[in-house]
Formats: sequence, structure tokens, C-alpha cells
Amino acid sequence: MSLMKRISLIFRSKANKALDKAEDPRETLDYSYQRQLELLSKVRRGVADVATSRKRVELQVNQLEQQAAKLQGQAEKAIGAGREDLAREALTRKSGLASQITSLKEQRAALQGEEEKLVLAQQRLQAKVEAFRTRKETIKATYTAAEAQTRIGEAMSGIGEEMGDVGLAIQRAEDKTAQMQARGAAIDELIASGALDDASQLNAGDDISRELDALSSDSDVEAELARLKAGSAPQAIEAPDGDILAAEPEAVRAEGDSTEGGRA
Amino acid sequence: MIVRILGEGQYDLDDHALDALNGLDNQIEQAIDAGDEDMFRTALHGLLSGVRASGTHHELDSLDESDLILPPPDATIDEVRQLLGDDGLIPG
Repeated sequence: MSLMKRISLIFRSKANKALDKAEDPRETLDYSYQRQLELLSKVRRGVADVATSRKRVELQVNQLEQQAAKLQGQAEKAIGAGREDLAREALTRKSGLASQITSLKEQRAALQGEEEKLVLAQQRLQAKVEAFRTRKETIKATYTAAEAQTRIGEAMSGIGEEMGDVGLAIQRAEDKTAQMQARGAAIDELIASGALDDASQLNAGDDISRELDALSSDSDVEAELARLKAGSAPQAIEAPDGDILAAEPEAVRAEGDSTEGGRA
Repeated sequence: MIVRILGEGQYDLDDHALDALNGLDNQIEQAIDAGDEDMFRTALHGLLSGVRASGTHHELDSLDESDLILPPPDATIDEVRQLLGDDGLIPG
């Protein structure tokens, strides 16, 4: 027997098993309809959950992109101040962020895909639930008990298969979302810890720094450093709190024409 | 003939179109037996693309049972084994 046929038989028997609880035909109809409405609610909740996760990932992408831009700015200032060591540190961190950002963007796309699939699943189930409700009322009103049995069987098999399919879709979406939420929590911690905010501590010994360093691509850093050096000109430098140059105020003072303060 | 792709809904296919896809169905089966994820993915992708290309969407508000059911496009070999029952592949 082919794989398609075997999956069909097993899937259908699993999907229908859940509906074989009530014995009275009318009870079966009502019970099934209740189950369908419950599943529809679950799908709606699932769509909302996936959307929430997607928005959270989008927020993280924005935060990390801002951070990368800040580090780029710091690297440029460091080059202007003749501090290649600080520039390298900033670019190393920026390179680490780039891979995180890429990974998050992939997650965002995957969540978007799940969200779209669930919305379509919801539409399919909604249409079938409506059809079932109409069929249910017709069966109750029109057919004798003996005839009703046959009609109910027909209606139940189709809706049972759809419910099984949508149930599986929901379960898979939940599993994928949970995996991504776990990874997202790690990024949240990274952002909340402030480890990404300050590239001025060259000897930063926390795990996150080491992780970022490990993630970074040396060749990218060197190439960008060379580009910065080639295109840089000495310039006035500010050193607000948290700035990469804050740790080396003498380097700033050495530049002479410093515009102190003014920024929070 | 009605074919359901899990997670996508039902398609109407004529029998000739389905005959043409039987080779891919066999390949999927072989890939599962061999535990060859790449072959499985390629064959499954081909089979689902064939169903989508040759079929038309079945009426959304029908309550018809499908003649055949296929795994979702991103299913793994392990997931298909689960679909086939807890004991892996069933001889048949």
C-alpha cells in the first residue's frame, strides 16, 4: 500500500476517534459542533500568540540594529581619535550583532509564515464549521432517526478530517513558536544586561562579550577597519556616558578641540 | 479524487494526474525506510508541487472526506513516522 494511502487511513482514524464519544446521533452532532467552535477559538488564540512572538522578534531586531549603528559610530570616532584598538573592539561587537540580527530576521520570517498558515487554516475551518452547522440543523429537522445516522456519518467524516488537520497545524505552530520564544528570551537577556550598550570595556569578561567575540568575523572587522582608516579624517569627538571613548578621556582631551557635555 | 495536503487543505485531482505522482510516492517511502532526509525532502517537495500544479482547490465549505492525505511540506521523516503510528512504518 502506498504511503499516501497509509497516512490517509491512519490520520483519518485518529481524527475520527475524538468524535466517537456520543452515542445518540443528535448528541453526536451537537458535541462535534461544540468541539469545532472550541477549535476555532484555539486557532484564533494561536494566530494571536504567533503574532505576539513575531512583534517581539521585530522589536529585538530594531534594538540590535540601533545598537549596531551606535557601535559603527563609535568605531568611526575611535579611528578619528587614533584609537584603533577601540575601533576594533566596537567593530568586533558589531560583527557579533550582525549574526544575531540575521538569525532574528530568519525567525521573524518563519513566524510570519506560521501566522499566515494559521490564518488560512482558520478560514478553512470557519467555512466548514458554517457548513456543518447548516447540515446539522437540516438533519435534525428533516430526517428520521434511521436516515439521520447515514447523513451524520457523512457530515462527521469530512469535518473530523479538517479538525484533525487544523489541530495538527496548531500543535506544530505552538511547538515552533515555543522554540523561538526560548531563543528570543536569550536575546532579551543580552539586551537587558546592558552588555551590548558599552564597547568601552576592552577587558569585559562577561559571557556575552565572549560570545559576541566568538561570533564575530575577524576578516569582516579587519576589512571594515581598513576602510574606516582609509576614509577617516581627524575630527572633534564627544564622550557621553556609555560612549566607547568614555574609558579613554585622555585620548579625547589629546584631540584638543573637544565639545564637552551637551548629550545625555 | 480529493487529496489533502496537511496544513493546506484539499485539492481536486483527476486520476491520471495522480498516477503520474505515484513514482514520487514510492520514493518518499524508500527515503523513509532508508532514513534519507534529503531524498525524502526532495521527493515530498516534488509530490506536493505536483498536486498543487495539477489540482484545483476543493470547495471550502464542503464536508467531503479526502481520498488521500499527504504530509505538510515542512514535515520531517520523524513526523511522518509519527503520522503513521507510534511504531514507525506499518507493513502493507
